[in-house]
Amino acid sequence: MHDETMNVHLKVWRQAGPESEGRFESYSTEVNPHMSFLEMLDVVNEDLIKKGEMPIEFDNDCREGICGTCGCVVNGQAHGLERGTTVCQLHMRSFRDGETIVIEPWRAEAFPVIRDLVVDRGAFDRIIAAGGYVSVNTGPKPDANAVKIGKDLSDRAFDAAACIGCGACVAACPNASASLFTGAKVTQLALMPQGAPERGRRVRAMVDQMDAEGFGNCSNIGECEAACPKEISLDNIATMKREYLRAMFTDH
Amino acid sequence: MTTLDSRVPEGPLAEKWSKRLHDMKLVAPNNKRKQKVIVVGTGLAGASAAASLGELGYHVDAFCITDSPRRAHSIAAQGGINAAKNYPNDGDSVWRLFYDTIKGGDFRSREANVHRLAEVSTAIIDQAVAQGVPFARDYGGELANRSFGGAQVSRTFYARGQTGQQLLLGAYQALMRQVDNKTVTMYPRREMLDLVVVDGKARGIITRNLVTGELERHQADAVVLCTGGYGRVYFLSTNAFNSNGTAAWRCYKRGAHFANPCYVQIHPTCIPQSGDYQSKLTLMSESLRNDGRVWVPKDKADVKTPPSQIPDERRDYYLERKYPSFGNLVPRDVASRNAKYVCDEGRGVGATGRAVYLDFRDAIKNQGRDAIADKYGNLFHMYEKITGENPYEVPMRIYPAVHYTMGGLWVDYELMSTIPGLFVAGEANFSDHGANRLGASALMQGLADGYFVVPFSVGNYLAQNKVEAVSTDHADFKRTEDEVTAHLQKMLDVGAKGNRTVIEIYRDLGEIMYDQVGMSRTPEGLKEAITKIKKLQNDFWTDVKIPGSGDEFNKMLEVAGRLADFLELAELMARDALHRDESCGGHFREDHQTPEGEARRDDENFCYVAAWAFKEAGEPELIKEPLEFENVELSTRSYK
Repeated sequence: MHDETMNVHLKVWRQAGPESEGRFESYSTEVNPHMSFLEMLDVVNEDLIKKGEMPIEFDNDCREGICGTCGCVVNGQAHGLERGTTVCQLHMRSFRDGETIVIEPWRAEAFPVIRDLVVDRGAFDRIIAAGGYVSVNTGPKPDANAVKIGKDLSDRAFDAAACIGCGACVAACPNASASLFTGAKVTQLALMPQGAPERGRRVRAMVDQMDAEGFGNCSNIGECEAACPKEISLDNIATMKREYLRAMFTDH
Repeated sequence: MTTLDSRVPEGPLAEKWSKRLHDMKLVAPNNKRKQKVIVVGTGLAGASAAASLGELGYHVDAFCITDSPRRAHSIAAQGGINAAKNYPNDGDSVWRLFYDTIKGGDFRSREANVHRLAEVSTAIIDQAVAQGVPFARDYGGELANRSFGGAQVSRTFYARGQTGQQLLLGAYQALMRQVDNKTVTMYPRREMLDLVVVDGKARGIITRNLVTGELERHQADAVVLCTGGYGRVYFLSTNAFNSNGTAAWRCYKRGAHFANPCYVQIHPTCIPQSGDYQSKLTLMSESLRNDGRVWVPKDKADVKTPPSQIPDERRDYYLERKYPSFGNLVPRDVASRNAKYVCDEGRGVGATGRAVYLDFRDAIKNQGRDAIADKYGNLFHMYEKITGENPYEVPMRIYPAVHYTMGGLWVDYELMSTIPGLFVAGEANFSDHGANRLGASALMQGLADGYFVVPFSVGNYLAQNKVEAVSTDHADFKRTEDEVTAHLQKMLDVGAKGNRTVIEIYRDLGEIMYDQVGMSRTPEGLKEAITKIKKLQNDFWTDVKIPGSGDEFNKMLEVAGRLADFLELAELMARDALHRDESCGGHFREDHQTPEGEARRDDENFCYVAAWAFKEAGEPELIKEPLEFENVELSTRSYK
């Protein structure tokens, strides 16, 4: 029903495994501008499979911009040039007919390449495991309205909690820092009264784990915020640093 | 003859669960440490079950197909979670939530399970708040509520349009805390390819490491399956790309019964399909129907007229017209069916004519743009991203799409399948939603099962069944792994020579399912579907083309395996739909409708759960679990 089509040329990073050498491969394809970026890759892959070649591997799941599974660097930008958008929600209408699009995996020491555009983001899980939770067991709890939480505070906590853990912040940062990811979780839980008793222990453990995973330090460049598909604010990094200092001085 | 024992406790409905809890046998703390439980899937049901079992002291091995448990498809649920808290003081109660759910499911769910769900619903909210889940709040600091289809009270708790995300992250964080405590071992990027049954009991699983392709054996004293639904049998659905039915299907082939496979929910508010390259459909939360008004032009001649140029008197607000009490908030099956009717009449809008308007004009006029943005901002944003249209200015276009499967593995009251030691929780089981699921009930069931049912029922099982330790060298482990290897090899052998891509065959299956096992069904259509599916099974096993090998990262091989199982499951769905000679909930048979086009149930002959048992040779055996309603009267559903 859509008559219009456009041609795009792709330069895609192909890498068979973590230890293999990678290289760019070129492909050309005709696409419908209403396709999402991943649907465009689907079309390219169908052609490759028919030709007996290996398809381009890329991580994806919900294709609704919420699961955080997808992600690649498109024309030098994590998730592409459109602000506040995951690559699964990027549409071909944002590209020009005849354009060459360069597609690469997240590049960071802490995110080893598994294959093509697929990377291992297990380090993020280990940061959460180090302390990114409120320590409560399943079981009887006080009534949910027993502790009042102001709407503004709850909204701010939600803004931080909206992080999808995709790793774009790390990929965009020249230092490959995970500060925006870690800062967002630290901030969410520091704002809510439920997280208060372990506030200091939490931030220390999470920051230490982040360092141990080989992520770089934050030097306030701000590329992470620019690349974040959920527009998580840099303020979260400031909060994390403040929480960390506070924990150093107050011992809790 | 095989019979099914639901093991529902005796006594008054409201006391059944507490009575069972008192009667359950316990495992002493020092013995819990020696017992191992496998949890497959880490969505709402799996993550909450694994975390809770870990907290109790069991050793848990948890598996997910994605790279992190935080990515399970529960994360995409938008609108909310129900609980009978009655905070808005609008007359809600456990009984009312129970009744709405039973009625919403068109009286095809098990009374005792649904009552328990309503009972524990309030504890779920307390639990999530204690975890720091940032639910929406009012200015006074109390939790906010809204309303969902099929209910006349506001009992839905939400976190903007990302409730599933926040609840899943709460459960995921609880799970990661147990990973840090070393009670849970997490296995990401693993796909369960078979169940290992030793002496008739579930004792382990065979998984494929999706990075290396290696097959792995894992043993345990009990297995909990939390692998979600099988909606992707339709290819196009709102489900995530990796959602699949393989684990449940393999359990079925090992002896777990599959119940009510034909019950599928078609969600009324999805973004319509726009092209044949499309891989999935995107849902717009049902909560939008609190303020959005659904309409189509009264006259076919207006379908191409821009909506802003169609005055009120030429609009048909058909849900408000036909169902004045519930209006736009009728349940999903009713809303979906009516959208189909108006489109079948030629009054559908958009490029394909298969869409209706969901219009916020009046809500924006009455409440202001900011108030609407506050409630639905991220949903509007998402809609604009996908369609390139601004819903603040032009109405959304929506159309029904496959969303949730109410059928699943048969379980008793304690969520145990017909294989002892195999428990099934969340969307993967069949028990709580009957023939239709009400909005905001999926999150509720996932967490109810995972936090508040499975931890007790697994304990009760382990306390009463002293199972001998088995090693993964046991003959049954080896035999099962060999069968998995042979299945993969057979697929790769065909795949090396075949011509049709996995996706081509998959799209064909989806088309058959949408056309003939979709929003409405006829006996002729279902018979034809079975024939076509059999042919497609044959196409797959003679002509599928699969790239690469089995001992590497190979997404298409994964999808091929899931498709092979879906091709079998699809046949069972059509068979179940054909046998169920009535209309109920999401199962609408055109040969059973009232003159007004509403579903006509046949309680005389079909008030039972249809549980199918796999037979190695021949057709599956139908076993019926009669549904007994001691507390509610079976009535014709009316939302007028």
